[in-house]
Amino acid sequence: MSMPFYVAPEQVMKDRADYARKGIARGRSLVGMIGADGILIVAENSSNTLHKVSEIYDRIAFAGVGKYNEFDQLRIAGIRAADLKGFAYSREDVDARSLANNYAQMLGQVFTHEMKPMEVEILVAEIGDERHEDQLFHILYDGSVMDEHHFTVLGGESDSIAATVKADWSIEIDTPSALKLAVRALAGEDRVLGADDLEVAILDRGVDHRRKFRRILGEELESLLG
Amino acid sequence: MPSFAAGDDPGPSFVDLVRRVYPQPDLGGMTGELDLPHGTTVLAVRYTDGVVIAGDRRATSGNMISHRTIKKVFSSDRHSGVAIAGAAGPAVEMVRLYQLQLEHYEKVEGVELSLEGKANQLSQMLRNNLPMAMQGMVVIPIFAGYDRRRGYGRLFQFDITGGRYEEANYATSGSGSIFAGTVLKLGFAEGLDRDRAIGLALLALFEAADDDSATGAPDLVRGIYPTIATITSGGFEWVDDTELASRFDTMAGQLNPATAAPMITDGDTPASGGATT
Repeated sequence: MSMPFYVAPEQVMKDRADYARKGIARGRSLVGMIGADGILIVAENSSNTLHKVSEIYDRIAFAGVGKYNEFDQLRIAGIRAADLKGFAYSREDVDARSLANNYAQMLGQVFTHEMKPMEVEILVAEIGDERHEDQLFHILYDGSVMDEHHFTVLGGESDSIAATVKADWSIEIDTPSALKLAVRALAGEDRVLGADDLEVAILDRGVDHRRKFRRILGEELESLLG
Repeated sequence: MPSFAAGDDPGPSFVDLVRRVYPQPDLGGMTGELDLPHGTTVLAVRYTDGVVIAGDRRATSGNMISHRTIKKVFSSDRHSGVAIAGAAGPAVEMVRLYQLQLEHYEKVEGVELSLEGKANQLSQMLRNNLPMAMQGMVVIPIFAGYDRRRGYGRLFQFDITGGRYEEANYATSGSGSIFAGTVLKLGFAEGLDRDRAIGLALLALFEAADDDSATGAPDLVRGIYPTIATITSGGFEWVDDTELASRFDTMAGQLNPATAAPMITDGDTPASGGATT
């Protein structure tokens, strides 16, 4: 009888993490940023039908990078969880923190128990009435959650992008400047990104309606990009 | 988080999702007489920019008035509204589920349902309510919205089996609907503007309240007015109480027999559009 080879758990986890990270690095990155007018999410995405950024609930947005079918599955699970919670309890009881925990559980479970980890990184953002109540949860492929206070970058080259954003970000930043900063950071030094290469959405504090999520498209996007 | 196998997925339907997660009680074997609050007159009228949708504020249980300020008109999403008549509890719950159904679809699919799709969804929810309706918990809504693909307002009436009937000019439901319908029938004309459409809707509700004890008239003492909203390309918008108060003030003068201009005078034909304010 043959014995299976012994593989150290450290090695198994490392291999899985490498696999997931490689998958994520193949895609384009995304920036989520708190500012004066709300939370702006800017993704590099040449498709205008396959979204990376979308609405989950009144004050909550979702964004994902990596494998589309995997983060889209997470997006739908999030909408379902949020709508069910709001229906069973109240709209006010739906919050990003518990949603982020749910996502973390799900990703952690898949990472340790399934054949293959999910090749995704996701962002759950919630806008508050005041700026200091805004929340950004950055969740990794293995279920680790990071609670960010200013901005966060998802995707492969996150370090260099984050460095550019950090240099010019301030809590007072308005939407046009935030957008320009995010686009400059995503493009890096030797590329220029236009409206066609971007997917932009905002959780807009100024919106009168209970649903704060708004896509910035077409002419509005082009005029903001200047 | 809810997760489903590929063949068992509820898709963009929130109703199916809720049924999967929270199984509903079986009402099959229950019998008995229930004295539930009932909502009464609701209506909708088409006009040039879209539709006006309105309802009175009274709920009754038998001969008692159970609520004076109940809301029977709801926005179902940005470009449509639903108004309910019938057993208040199931009706309000149905609207809540319906609003979520439309929003859930829009979020999951990334696009809004067509107006006809929205009307069909409501029809299906009514059909599912049929066992409850057979036990006296009847809900009969009207649905109105601005069809953004076609560029005009549309109205739908329903029956308890989920039958869906698109109306061209106006729709009514509830115990006072026969009176409100007559006013709308006489007063409707092609090309009504916002002002005249709201006036006509308010007059129809007033006349329904005048002849149907279950329909509430505007309560000038407490400042309770009918709920009324317009739905146009710009979206669903409530008509505020200040506007309603001044309109009823004007209407009171016009309806007072001592000061009102006669609708029919000797040797004259009935004044056309006499029912409008």
